[in-house]
Amino acid sequence: MKTIFQFIIKELLQVKRDKKMLVVIFMAPILQLIFLGYAANMDVNVIHTTIYDQDKTETSRDFIKRFEQSGYFKLDYYVDNYDEVTDLLNEGKTLVAIIIPKDFEKKINRRETAPLQTLFEGSDGNKASIALGYIQGIATKFSQGIVAETKDKLGMKISLSGSLIPEVRVWYNPEMKTRNYMVPGILGLILMISTISLMSMAVVREREIGTLEQLIVTPIKNYQLILGKLIPFTLIGFVVLIIVMVIMTQWFGIVVRGNKLFLLFTALLFVLSNLGIGLFISTVSKTQQQAMMASVFAVMMPMIYLSGFAFPIENMPQAVQYITYIIPLKYFIVILRGIVLKGIGFSSLWVETLILFGMGVTLLVFSSLRFSKKIE
Amino acid sequence: MNAIEVNNLTKEFGKFTAVDNVNFNVKQGEIFGFLGANGAGKSTTIRMLIGILEPTSGDALVSGYSIKNQSDLVKKNIGYMSQKFSLYNDLTVVENIRFFAGIYGLDGKKYEERKKWVLKVANLENMENVMTSSLPGGIKQRLALGTAVIHEPKIVFLDEPTSGVDPISRRNFWDLINELSEGGTTILVTTHYLDEAEFCNDIILINAGKLIAQGNAKALKTNYIKNPILEIESDRVVDSLEILEKEKWVGETSIFGNYIHVILNDSTINEQHIYQLLQEKNGIAVKRVKKITPTLEDVFIHLIEKDSKKNVQ
Repeated sequence: MKTIFQFIIKELLQVKRDKKMLVVIFMAPILQLIFLGYAANMDVNVIHTTIYDQDKTETSRDFIKRFEQSGYFKLDYYVDNYDEVTDLLNEGKTLVAIIIPKDFEKKINRRETAPLQTLFEGSDGNKASIALGYIQGIATKFSQGIVAETKDKLGMKISLSGSLIPEVRVWYNPEMKTRNYMVPGILGLILMISTISLMSMAVVREREIGTLEQLIVTPIKNYQLILGKLIPFTLIGFVVLIIVMVIMTQWFGIVVRGNKLFLLFTALLFVLSNLGIGLFISTVSKTQQQAMMASVFAVMMPMIYLSGFAFPIENMPQAVQYITYIIPLKYFIVILRGIVLKGIGFSSLWVETLILFGMGVTLLVFSSLRFSKKIE
Repeated sequence: MNAIEVNNLTKEFGKFTAVDNVNFNVKQGEIFGFLGANGAGKSTTIRMLIGILEPTSGDALVSGYSIKNQSDLVKKNIGYMSQKFSLYNDLTVVENIRFFAGIYGLDGKKYEERKKWVLKVANLENMENVMTSSLPGGIKQRLALGTAVIHEPKIVFLDEPTSGVDPISRRNFWDLINELSEGGTTILVTTHYLDEAEFCNDIILINAGKLIAQGNAKALKTNYIKNPILEIESDRVVDSLEILEKEKWVGETSIFGNYIHVILNDSTINEQHIYQLLQEKNGIAVKRVKKITPTLEDVFIHLIEKDSKKNVQ
């Protein structure tokens, strides 16, 4: 026990003195969280809009006003010809151009169908389709208004019953903010990056400078050596996790709805997998550089892409989906989003929790055996 | 009693035999020199003796324990220092001492006592909070040795401990080795420096994994080269060498700075023949010719060349 304790002190001292590593472990996650927290934002709040009103009547102006009132559309440009519309779309200055044809009011008064031309700068398909939804909504409401008004004029008392109005209530993330969805995922990402790089680098460094050989000659047992590395890095991982959680709640105002202790417990299971992976990398790398390359390109990048952090796993081809089953981050992200956003606990997340536990133990045991074999 | 007994120790890496059926004994308390060229199998042998590598066949008793199935006990009784500096550069002197003391289970009074000793031998008293990376090479080496023996092992293995260290530091380092030896510690040391080999009580030489010579320095010099050796100092060393090598009575030649050492095949040849050959026939001014007792270097070059020729055939 004393031996392991000496080891922990030594590791912590080394991390403390390694300025580059300190930046990687503590500064990078904070910056990552803040940048990603703002950058990973797919919300459509402002739709830059161009209006080409050929009709210039009371009705057309009324229609345009609906856009202003919606709060999503910012009517940046009013133009008088198609060339300007084309230019604005080409230059990306506007997302939508709404073109109201000449006899808009006339047709409506004649109870004919009035066409409305809308042009999209659709390179971001996601954004364009959201904008389309809003426009359709406004147009539907506007035409319903016309119908009601007309019937009213004719003295017909009608209600709009018979039509369907969905009563929408969005659970867990009522404002439908991407950030609320992304930030808990970033938490898992950061925990993974810091623990994998710490573990893989620490062992390889000892091999590179020759101290590993020195340690093997001492009566220290392999399990003591491994625990001597695991415990300090788990501690550091948790410090990082707590810092990041404080920023998440205090800065981004995303509260943890579920049990924080359960969150920390699952984080521990997740850390076990990462340390196992880190230890494995250290057994296949000869130099610190190799270890860094292997961690970043062979392990962390694919894991991030396939974890469902940014891209939904359901949309991936079936074969790729199978690969995602072996990625610990995938399960931890599900757990994180569950606890933070939905406030659910073990009763709903027990499958993911058990998988994480199983993976953690398997990876650690496997890597430890490999490590022990390698040094003998 | 023997501190180390090596019996038919062999290590193969695939088809390559790094250590080939080696046998030797190291007596308690002696300084035992282990010599050989790079890649001769010195480090491999040491790494088997300290329990890092498992032998392919054969065994060895280190402090009475088998390296094959009692390596835990072996590790408790040995200290090891390699050619690589094996302390943590990013820890202070005292942090390094505390860490290794902790691994060997030293604490309390014993720890304080040994810490003082290590600081003294490394010449680092009152400098215990200095960062290890900032120490000069010679001091680092002494600190590494002090730390390697912090648990007072009976046997210490030193694998080229002085490679890359300046001559004065080397001398200081050997003072420390002698001090340990006087205290009863057995020391097995590998080295390239033949002047260091002279300090050893016993020496073995290995070449291509095989043990080719054994004995103390004096015995090696007299037992292995029977033929006379002439040391020649001349104007044109390289030309002289070429001329000499054409003669039938010249066995082996080697250059030492301005000197040529010639091992003669024919003991009737004397100084006069050399003067005749070089000065009178070829006009090379010969300053001095002298019959000498062989140096360790002569012996090793002779033995290694003989062994290599045999291996080729």
